[in-house]
Amino acid sequence: MIPPAFDYHAPRTVDEAIALLGSLGSDAKLLAGGHSLLPMMKLRFAQPAHLIDINRIPELRGIREEGNEVVIGAMTVENELIASPLLQAKVPLLADAPKQIADPQVRNRGTIGGDIAHGDPGNDHPAISLALDATFDLQGPQGKRSVKAADFFLGTYTTALAEDEIMVAIRVPAFAPGTGWAYEKLKRKTGDWATAGAAVVLRLSGGSVSHVRIALTNLAPMAIRVPAAEAALLGQPLSAASIAAAAQAAQTAADPAEDLRGDIAYKTAMAGQMVKRAIQAAAARCS
Amino acid sequence: MAKKLISVKVNGRTQEKAVEPRTLLIHFLREELSLTGAHIGCETSHCGACTVDIDGQSVKSCTHLAVQCDGSEVLTVEGLANAGVLHAVQEGFYKEHGLQCGFCTPGMLMRAYRFLQENPNPSEAEIRAGMAGNLCRCTGYQNIVKAVQYAAAKLQQNEKVAA
Repeated sequence: MIPPAFDYHAPRTVDEAIALLGSLGSDAKLLAGGHSLLPMMKLRFAQPAHLIDINRIPELRGIREEGNEVVIGAMTVENELIASPLLQAKVPLLADAPKQIADPQVRNRGTIGGDIAHGDPGNDHPAISLALDATFDLQGPQGKRSVKAADFFLGTYTTALAEDEIMVAIRVPAFAPGTGWAYEKLKRKTGDWATAGAAVVLRLSGGSVSHVRIALTNLAPMAIRVPAAEAALLGQPLSAASIAAAAQAAQTAADPAEDLRGDIAYKTAMAGQMVKRAIQAAAARCS
Repeated sequence: MAKKLISVKVNGRTQEKAVEPRTLLIHFLREELSLTGAHIGCETSHCGACTVDIDGQSVKSCTHLAVQCDGSEVLTVEGLANAGVLHAVQEGFYKEHGLQCGFCTPGMLMRAYRFLQENPNPSEAEIRAGMAGNLCRCTGYQNIVKAVQYAAAKLQQNEKVAA
């Protein structure tokens, strides 16, 4: 319960925050919603000497449309995603799925950027961002760079984010008209991390699958996209056989860790089930 | 680790205090201000017994630093009653037997207070989802649902009378 002592900094701009990261080095951690970092500090898993609070930086907030993309400030909290008319209209998966993340209080503090930057395979946004083909804008002392979600998740708690960088925004392409989507999450109770989760974005054209992205939550050391499951569907009419083939491919790709949520066989089987359900739910939303 | 001076409005009263950065808001409220209604039921941010209202949002004060509240408005269960008259959520929990040991109650009340502003006319399913960040060991939740429904009806009636 009792976190170790640290010094606290509350910069007002991204540039100030980056300068602090540079001068304080690896003894410093960015404090966003604080609903992963503070719990780890309260259990003394993490003991940074400095916290750099980025909650008072207006440029990290807000949801806006830029061309064919929706740009989401990294410090946007989960409940703001749910309430966003822009996301509901343009990227409905990203307005709907966060209802399955944590609970109302946590969603008032936890941010999309923090959920992604934490790099926890149990978090939901990593797989969702893979399914959405999201791009992350990272800013460091040398300026900005963009990293695709596909290149971002490197391992458990490990991402492409450098120690002196801040994620400033998440960019997602707006859905083409008629796009189907689903996030199926098996969990022991409301507020828990997934035993197994699957995010699917799907388009049908003339009865065949013309676009599909499938990604898995908590079924490997990090969120993973499953190209083999997508290949089982792409160009095919949706059928019990093609959906079963995609689910089988997801089971083959799954590499879950055994814990209190279940053993490897159970989680692997659930990977297939979640993928099946997510494809069916996404197909039902296609038009 | 240098202390930071913060100014925070708690239940309408401005408090200026020097706090250690690592001080959790729940400990600041309970130990520094003696507002001991908010409780601590876990160390993993699950139970919600510490829920308070910060700048119009329900927040678990065990997972928020006091130093982050500089300039904020905080409402705790002690600030719910108005000149001794119970707030509708307090009355609802009382009338519908929505508490037994009373340990989760301050957090439940603070969440219900905000939830009914977010959703003034909730269904039972919406109440259960809206209160999902608060655990209770005594009631089995049934009477808490009724308590929130009672408060919703009362608040809507109050609004009619005012209009």
